Formats: sequence, C-alpha cells, structure tokens
Amino acid sequence: MTSKNKKIVATLLILAFLIAAVPLFALKGAEFGGSDDAGSQMISEIQGTEYEPWFTPIMETFIDGEIPGEVESLLFCIQTGIGVGVLAFFMGRFVERKKWQDKAKGEIVR
Amino acid sequence: MSKKEKRVMKLVIAFALAFGIVPSAYGMHIMEGYLPVGYCIAWGAVCVPFLAAGFFSIRKRLQENRKTITILAMSGAFIFVISSLKIPSVTGSCSHMTGTGLGALLFGPSAVGILGMIVLIFQAILLAHGGLTTLGANTFSMAIAGPFVSFGIYKLLKMLKVNKLVSIFLAAMIGDLFTYCVTAIQLALAYPSETGGVFASTVKFLGVFAPTQLPLAIIEGILTTVIIITLQTYALPELKAVGFSKEVQ
Repeated sequence: MTSKNKKIVATLLILAFLIAAVPLFALKGAEFGGSDDAGSQMISEIQGTEYEPWFTPIMETFIDGEIPGEVESLLFCIQTGIGVGVLAFFMGRFVERKKWQDKAKGEIVR
Repeated sequence: MSKKEKRVMKLVIAFALAFGIVPSAYGMHIMEGYLPVGYCIAWGAVCVPFLAAGFFSIRKRLQENRKTITILAMSGAFIFVISSLKIPSVTGSCSHMTGTGLGALLFGPSAVGILGMIVLIFQAILLAHGGLTTLGANTFSMAIAGPFVSFGIYKLLKMLKVNKLVSIFLAAMIGDLFTYCVTAIQLALAYPSETGGVFASTVKFLGVFAPTQLPLAIIEGILTTVIIITLQTYALPELKAVGFSKEVQ
C-alpha cells in the first residue's frame, strides 16, 4: 500500500469511529432504541390506534416469547463473526500472496 | 444470457407484473407482521425478476472465472458484518447500515440482491429482526433499490470523471440513504395518513429514518471506500476479473 493510501485509510477510519462515538457522549442519557421500533410507533400514530402485527417472528413463536436480550446479542455477534471471519480469511490470503509475489518479482530482477 | 435463461427471465417478469400491480402497493427493515398481506406478496413478486437476474449474473461470472468467488464471498461477508452493527446516531436512536454498496460496485447490482436476501433471511429467522412476511419489501429496499442506485451513481460519476474514491464514497452513501427512503415510501403506501394521504405519511416516516440514517450512511461510504482501497492494493487480479479495475497500479 502506498503511503498516500495509508494516510487516506487511517483518516477515514478515525472519521468513521468519531461519527459513531460522538453521539454516544454528546447525547447523555438518550435511549438509543432501534429506528425500526420508531417506525412502528409512527404507524400507530398515523392510524390513531395501536397496531397489532398479524404475524409474530418465527423464533418468538418457537420459544413462546421474546428472544432474551443476551441471546439476541449473541446471535448478532455470530452474524458479525461469520462476516469478519470470511473477510479476514480472504484478506489474509491476499496480503500473503502479494508479499510472496513481490518477493518472487524481486528475485527475477536480481 | 442463454436462451433458457432468457425464457426464465420472461416468465418471472410476467409473474412479477401479474402479482405486483394488483395492490396499489405499503417500508428499513419493516418489522414482522407490520405489512398487510397484499403488500407482502406484491413486494415479494417485484423482487423475483431481480433475484433471477442476480442468480444468472453470479453463475455467469463464476463460470467465466472461478477466481471471482473470493470477491463475491467478501462482498457477502461485508453485508453480514455491516448490517449486524447497530450504531448510535445523532437523534438518540440506533440504526444499522446496509453494506450493499460494496457488492453493487464490485459485482453489479443484481448479484447483490441474492447476497442481501441471504442476510435478511438470517436476520428474520434467528434475530426476529425484519421478518419473513416482510422479506419481499425489505429485500426490495435493501438488496435491490439501494444497490441499483449505488451502481448508477458510481457509473454516472465515472462518466463525469470524478475522483474514483470520491465516487465510491458517494455511491455507497447515497445507496444506503436511498434504502431508507424506499422503506419510508413502502410504509407510507401501506399506511397513508388520513389527512395528507401517502405523501404526508412518507414525510413522517422519512422524518423517523432520515436524520438517524444520515451519519450512518457517511460511515458506510467511508468503510466501503476503505475496503476498496485495500482490495486494490492486495487483490488487483480479482478486481480485474470482476471488471472493476482496469488500470494496473
């Protein structure tokens, strides 16, 4: 990676981190609920009555109730984990391959 | 596309028109059971031709060059990671990004339809996030409308000779925002406001989603750009194989 690209990547990552972190500190005491939930509240507001969903999520039907918060975060982590695993695996291979190719190229030149 | 593929495409488009037009049509992940049945079926039907096109395009790419499977897997993995991260936003509520921009730029927008739907099914079944009944509507907004806009914007900016990194950033960001606009419209169609109709509803739903999503869309743009810079450095042969990079660096 060229040093110019390195700088761009570093700046961008710091920027992304700040955008995500600042609200957390700036808005002390905010609830940070999901915006999907805010959407369903809006439905109730527009309709004037509490909206009754006609289908409950399949997991909630199986376990007869809402998925416990801890388990839900576990499942979200699994999703992240699968993704990161695949990304890291291929990225690792690419990085090593480039190293190896660069080295081979260097030897030919010599 | 082969003859057989063309025939299948015609069939599914006819199917989509038959079911898609009937109800006048109702939107980010819409929760399970929050869309009337007619709308669930209609949005599902609208997705089918896109998904079929996506399937064929993935198959064609893989037949041409097996190498591209790594980029496909990484695009899918990126959606998995990005859409599982709920990030706090300036409005005091959380939302998550879509991650579909990367795949759209690298692999073409129709292929992302398949990847996005896999993620949505995973979330709908295991996480009670989104839903099976609203899968069609969510697939349309996140895995079809967003990626197509990203792809379009990238092509447009490329024609205008805008800096490549800037185009990638803008394409991913606007695609993410557009996903939420489509969701707002989908919800508004289903729940028009009594006084102002569909339009007033759209404005209300956008008011819920848009301010929360804007900073996240910027993050998505940033992350997509970072990934592409990294791939260009280490995986140039693969990017050439999918037709994303032509110039040798």
